[in-house]
Amino acid sequence: MARAKSRDEEGVSGSSVSPRLTMPGPAFRPGDRPDFSEVDTFAPGACRRPQVNEPAESMSELATGLVRVLDDEGRASGPWDPHLDAPTLRAGLRAMMLTREFDRQMMIDQRQSKASFYMQCTGEEAIACAFHSALRPGDMNFPTYRQQGLLVAAGYPLELMMSQVYSNETDPLRGRQMPVFYSAREYGFFSISGNLATQFVQGVGWAMACALRGESSIAASWIGDGATSETDFFSALVMASTYRAPVILNVVNNQWAISTSESVARGLAPTFAARGRGFGIASLRVDGNDYLAVHGAAAWAAERARTNGGPTLIEWVTYRAAAHSSSDDPSGYRPGDEAAAWPFGDPIERLTRHLLRTGGANEADVEALREEVVRDVRAAQVEAQSHGTLKQGPAPSPREIFEDVFKEMPESLASQEREAGY
Amino acid sequence: MVQAIRDAHAVMMERDESVVVFGEDVGYFGGVFRCTQGLQQRFGENRCFDTPITESGIVGAAVGMAAYGLRPCVEIQFADYMYPAYDQIVSEAARLRYRSAGDFTAPLTIRMPVGGGIFGGQTHSQSPEALFTHVAGLTTVMPSNPYDAKGLLISAIEDDDPVIFLEPKRLYNGPFDGRHDTGLMPWSRHELSDVPEGYYHVPLGSAAIRRPGSDVTVIAYGTMVHVALAAVHDTGVDAEVIDLRTLIPLDLTTIIDSVSKTGRCIVVHEATLTSGFGAELTALVQQHAFYHLAAPIERVTGYDTPYPHSHEWSYFPGPERIAKALIRVMQA
Ligand SMILES: Cc1ncc(C[n+]2csc(CCOP(=O)(O)OP(=O)(O)O)c2C)c(N)n1
Ligand SMILES: [Mg+2]
Repeated sequence: MARAKSRDEEGVSGSSVSPRLTMPGPAFRPGDRPDFSEVDTFAPGACRRPQVNEPAESMSELATGLVRVLDDEGRASGPWDPHLDAPTLRAGLRAMMLTREFDRQMMIDQRQSKASFYMQCTGEEAIACAFHSALRPGDMNFPTYRQQGLLVAAGYPLELMMSQVYSNETDPLRGRQMPVFYSAREYGFFSISGNLATQFVQGVGWAMACALRGESSIAASWIGDGATSETDFFSALVMASTYRAPVILNVVNNQWAISTSESVARGLAPTFAARGRGFGIASLRVDGNDYLAVHGAAAWAAERARTNGGPTLIEWVTYRAAAHSSSDDPSGYRPGDEAAAWPFGDPIERLTRHLLRTGGANEADVEALREEVVRDVRAAQVEAQSHGTLKQGPAPSPREIFEDVFKEMPESLASQEREAGY
Repeated sequence: MVQAIRDAHAVMMERDESVVVFGEDVGYFGGVFRCTQGLQQRFGENRCFDTPITESGIVGAAVGMAAYGLRPCVEIQFADYMYPAYDQIVSEAARLRYRSAGDFTAPLTIRMPVGGGIFGGQTHSQSPEALFTHVAGLTTVMPSNPYDAKGLLISAIEDDDPVIFLEPKRLYNGPFDGRHDTGLMPWSRHELSDVPEGYYHVPLGSAAIRRPGSDVTVIAYGTMVHVALAAVHDTGVDAEVIDLRTLIPLDLTTIIDSVSKTGRCIVVHEATLTSGFGAELTALVQQHAFYHLAAPIERVTGYDTPYPHSHEWSYFPGPERIAKALIRVMQA
């Protein structure tokens, strides 16, 4: 979707051609009418599905294709269709709807000063929710702040997520972390760092540890399009490549990194998936707004990793429909109607259409789900708020500031705690 | 203060074609704190541009450009994110002149917001100045007001060696004195918000006395200057408050003259205590003013923990903690 303003023509002066820098940017800025008709959307079935143990070189075209299963009318087709049964799909739809409702409510609570900050994943729910359903207990995710869907799909208690967001008395992280920087080892969710990309290579290390111990558990690293520019992204690729680690390297390309378009991180490469090819890593580019394609691709990569086929890099193509965070206002850098113009639609609408079309659910079922997720979020919110919100009600003790710096508190810190007198 | 920082950029970009400005979200959007707003529109994409999210890339490229002869002024979005660039700063920018015997130099400025007070938790609140002052070859600056921010940034860009320019983010929109539960005061009501148009500079390596006094010297920089002044006001102690403005090179003369006069000294910073810049200041004061001291030198700083999120006001070394230290040294 990017426009790269090439200055090639201007660079021609007389008989010599002198170099000029290219300054990549988004296709559209505020005031432009977003038009994605040039974007190649690929038909479901356009990409072949290799055997999970095929060598990476044999599938290099998949890094520039687009794995899809659902078409615009909600029909599923092609080799990547995971053929999930209706109850599984309804559970998937529910997880996505619950994630969206959770985000909606937390955003409101943030605006009411019950939380200091919040980040939504609107439009990206299919990626985390369907990915989760392709993993096994014992696998570990190394997420970014935008994979709350992994926790929701895993059935992590919503009220605990909210308590973390509110930094209240039952916050599992005791007020130490900003909202959404969850940690939930038992749910396969590694502690989130604010420093971009650091987790991407740590996931490779976890996968290496699994293999060193001879276990069939795997790891999944997560990163955004923008953060792939960090050195840790490339460190992860090289470590995964060198040791053939059982890891899935997920790049969520939601087109934006705050105000910066994905093209700035991608540069001259055709896609983010193509980054894997130079490392000999199997690389897929997948429609991230297509629940079935996400599940199909994730299951493929997980099996490849578990059966000693090595790492897979997956670029999930999606769109960040909401602001970067509660501190951001995208109207300053992109057209307001860009999300609506995005050619891959909305993941919840697309799976709903599929379920309605195939008889996996009817209108009444979908309506019931809608009401159910609102009720669930509301109930969790009442429960969580009974334990306080950022500035009101019970809170973790300020003594928590001093705990967990070390396993045993050194005397130097103990004396600071005494001086503080909390 | 945001306006003053923008102004400094614009003044230098106007005066010197070799000044280029870049960083994450710095170009089109003008920076997440809006410190570079309007520069791309005014000077074009070749002078002010967005970069990929790679701090090592930003600083590494800036070193190369600076060695060539440009004067890059780059932004790291939060100081907490400078670590991927630390190798380029410490091993490269800081030592280029030394290791090449002046054959190559690195006249670049690296700006970054520091400090807490915005509920930013451990990755949007750090004050890593001691990680820079410990490195031979780096100049480290931290302004406390708009006038100095503009004048010091101009000096930083003009300097022929690498300068780390730390911007207390809590001061971007007003002179924060540590009283977080009272309303925000805008800069317009502060005397040092009067920023002259056009070119002027505040020299690197010169401290300012913000409040003359005779009983105790309080050494501070950045946000803590305002917090210290509030504590002095609360206690009524006749303290002399020094705003360092530049940490390295340090204006030792101003410090020693003051402590020699007052005989007491408190050092204040928001960064963690152990091996903080306060340790250096304390050592220097005891070395150069030992015989004038009537009380042990006290440090009031952040605790030796990561910056907490919800309890940040229990962590922040606010006016009450400074006031207690003032009273202690006065009673000693
Ligand atoms: C090392 C580091 N540099 C900069 C930042 C500031 N920052 C936070 S999120 C973000 C954009 C990330 O974009 P992307 O990777 O595309 O993820 P998305 O937010 O789109 O999910 C930036 C620059 C950071 N957190 N860490
Ligand atoms: Mg992104």
